Amino acid sequence: MVETALVDWSRLQFALTAGYHWLFVPLTLGLAVIMATMETIYVATGDEFWKRTTKFWMKLFAINFAVGIATGIILEFEFGTNWSNYSWFVGDIFGAPLAIEGIFAFFIEATFFAVMFFGWERVSKRFHLASTWLTGIGAALSAVWILIANSWMQHPVGMEFNPDTVRHEMVDFWALVLNPVAISKFFHSVFSGWMTGSIFVIGISSWYLLKGRERRFALASIRVAAIVGIIGTIAVMFSGDSSGIHAAKYQPMKLAAAEGLEDGGTRAPFSIVPGVEIPGMLSALATHDIDGYVPGINDILDGYTTPDGEYHPSAEEKMARGKLALEAFSDYRELKDSDPAAAAEARATLDQNIEYFGYGYIESRDELVPPVPLIYWAFRVMVGLGGFLLMLMFFVLWAERRRRIENMRWLLWVALLSIPLVYIAGQAGWIVAEVGRQPWTIEGLLPVKAAVSSVSVAAVKTTFWLFVAIFTLFLAIEIRILFKAIKHGPNVDND
Amino acid sequence: MITYAFLQNYWWFLIALLGGLLVFLLFVQGGNALIFLAGRDEAERQLIVNSTGRKWELTFTTLVTFGGAFFASFPLFYSTSFGGAYWVWVLILITFVLQAVSYEFQSKAGNILGKRTFRIFLTLNGCLAPLLIGTAVGTFFTGSAFIVDKGAVGDIAAPVISRWANNWHGLEAVANPFNVEFGVMVLLLTISLGALYLINNIDDDKLAAQLRRSLLISFPLFLVAFVAVVAQIVTMDGFAVDAAGEVFMQEGKYLNNLVEMPAVLTLFLAGAVLVVVGIAATLLRKGFRRGIWLAGPGTVFAVMALFMVVGYNNTAYYPSTADLASSLTLANSSSSEFTLRTMAVVSLMIPFVVAYIAYFWRQMDRKSLTSEELEKGEKY
Repeated sequence: MVETALVDWSRLQFALTAGYHWLFVPLTLGLAVIMATMETIYVATGDEFWKRTTKFWMKLFAINFAVGIATGIILEFEFGTNWSNYSWFVGDIFGAPLAIEGIFAFFIEATFFAVMFFGWERVSKRFHLASTWLTGIGAALSAVWILIANSWMQHPVGMEFNPDTVRHEMVDFWALVLNPVAISKFFHSVFSGWMTGSIFVIGISSWYLLKGRERRFALASIRVAAIVGIIGTIAVMFSGDSSGIHAAKYQPMKLAAAEGLEDGGTRAPFSIVPGVEIPGMLSALATHDIDGYVPGINDILDGYTTPDGEYHPSAEEKMARGKLALEAFSDYRELKDSDPAAAAEARATLDQNIEYFGYGYIESRDELVPPVPLIYWAFRVMVGLGGFLLMLMFFVLWAERRRRIENMRWLLWVALLSIPLVYIAGQAGWIVAEVGRQPWTIEGLLPVKAAVSSVSVAAVKTTFWLFVAIFTLFLAIEIRILFKAIKHGPNVDND
Repeated sequence: MITYAFLQNYWWFLIALLGGLLVFLLFVQGGNALIFLAGRDEAERQLIVNSTGRKWELTFTTLVTFGGAFFASFPLFYSTSFGGAYWVWVLILITFVLQAVSYEFQSKAGNILGKRTFRIFLTLNGCLAPLLIGTAVGTFFTGSAFIVDKGAVGDIAAPVISRWANNWHGLEAVANPFNVEFGVMVLLLTISLGALYLINNIDDDKLAAQLRRSLLISFPLFLVAFVAVVAQIVTMDGFAVDAAGEVFMQEGKYLNNLVEMPAVLTLFLAGAVLVVVGIAATLLRKGFRRGIWLAGPGTVFAVMALFMVVGYNNTAYYPSTADLASSLTLANSSSSEFTLRTMAVVSLMIPFVVAYIAYFWRQMDRKSLTSEELEKGEKY
């Protein structure tokens, strides 16, 4: 029996690493665009002010960049160390984007980061500018490939199960790359990074204005950041909308859990908070049709037929077919050398039920429901904060253009205090995406309990606490160094 | 004709190439091992940190890409070794994590732990990473204790494909002296490479003299370890695979492989000679600073040859001592033909990537690093 504790600690460790990684990555994605824009202005105008401005944000970028890399390497290898079964069972598909990410994206980041940071006096102005943009592009390209991999876990496509090698094998690379879930997820994640970078820059600049310091620098930074942030947030809204459509289509349980929707139907209401609902709104969001059908948790467990006649079996039916598939798989393996005819029959049964293979490991229907309150609230926090931050950016940009921002001290305070909010929104988003997928590692194919490595609970606990200690220490150091650097101010190039 | 077997061999070639490049680039770690040994004062230590600090991300990225490529091409290794030899890989990763932040944090105000601690982290990674990676690669020759049972997926209660056969989870590798010697050899090689790189990259006479002196120690010790390891490789029994895919022990298997694959033997000898010539020339000729450009490629060649010795010519590259039949071969652990073929197309981009890295490397290193530059420009 795979121990529940092992699965839980392994999940916790992965969540910890991913959560920390996502504290550092969005700032990298967003700040890269902001400082590259600033450097472009410098190269276009030749105004040294913009060079100093760029260099200051670049310094903060570098402090943050290193911790993102450190947490990222653990994440990559944890697929092997803690999800060993997964690594074989779907490695034929999942490994490819990870390798491509290394070859195409990471080397761009690594090479041009060094040129960007140390090359001011070693390469030409234009060359340097190109390097700054390429560092940002490299970061975005890294996101492309890891998100293709992640999206495949949400909506597996382009593969076939091979009982001889006991794994899913890739049959269509482009289906993997052009997975609709991947496309929305890429824009949603990368542009949420723009939001993070923007709020970070606006917040810090506001602090300078509150202190009456670095006036020109702060106002110029706010202008650039607010524009980048508004573009980013609007893109986040649109990609979020299509993510909702995809969840409805491919992961209805995730959607039902995120809405706390027990019983679905047509004209499903959207719950703003418990007790406050907008009729028909969920149908409109999930299907772009106010009369669209959205199944609730109970519908999915009990089985349902959509108005257009598509039948979705009940949990018990799926579990029974999953068991059939698993038995047929074992029979096939046993008989393939001794009795080809019986093996062929087992193979046929397997193929008929392969869609529900993962359900064979599920023991009770309750396992199929992810933790509703966590996802429900995470979703509301994400959307609520996203809406608030968009309004803030518009307001800040307006106030800056009208030259009023310096006198609106409350607005400067709100902007400064909003820095943690953008991080909370990002974390909440990943909670919806990843906790919402439970109990699956790969939606419908492989539950977490069949994906985990066979190591002792004690070993995973040890590494978990070790990582907690290391990451938390690094986060504390990073924040402290950032504070010092910000206090020191942008006027000085080196320290 | 591009067959499945050809693709498996091609991908093993790429793994060997990435492995070779990785060990070469571990000169960053080797250089960091010398921060306190060769760097006598703050100025010298700062030069060393800033010199390796402009290359560390390449090494780090090569490690990540090596992992990603191994995952994509031979996923059963990824799942068996990482999930099984858990502690070894976790330790290696932790030292790299410490390294990743140490450059950026070490000289910054407010770094809590102080400059010295972060430099100790760099030194720790500089010593432990090559040692542990080397020890892990040693098990490619001596084997590890694991059992692979793909059919277990059908067992609802315990669907575990790869299982480690002891509770040491990789730490037991140090019980075999060969593995440790292999690790020590890699460590001494990377320290020598580190010294060569720093001599080439930094313009500082005093520091260069100290680095040359460090070579006087690391190089002879490396030679001893190298001879000891090679002597064992050519005499030990190896894990051979017959036509039916059965793994069995064969006397002098790795020597046979070298003899039966003269190209690999040539590559290995050429690599070894380049390493020795690169270091010896640096020691013998006072003004000679290009040793890294001989010993570096030499390292790439020699490491590639060793990967080929364990992977090619019907050999199990990741053998199991607990169950010979579980041993990983190129044929039984690779990705599907479709994936290998797709990734082979992707791999055609590798020369382009190497070319732009080399180009920017040259652009950035046209001038050697000096203390004056560190005073004026950006630095760690």
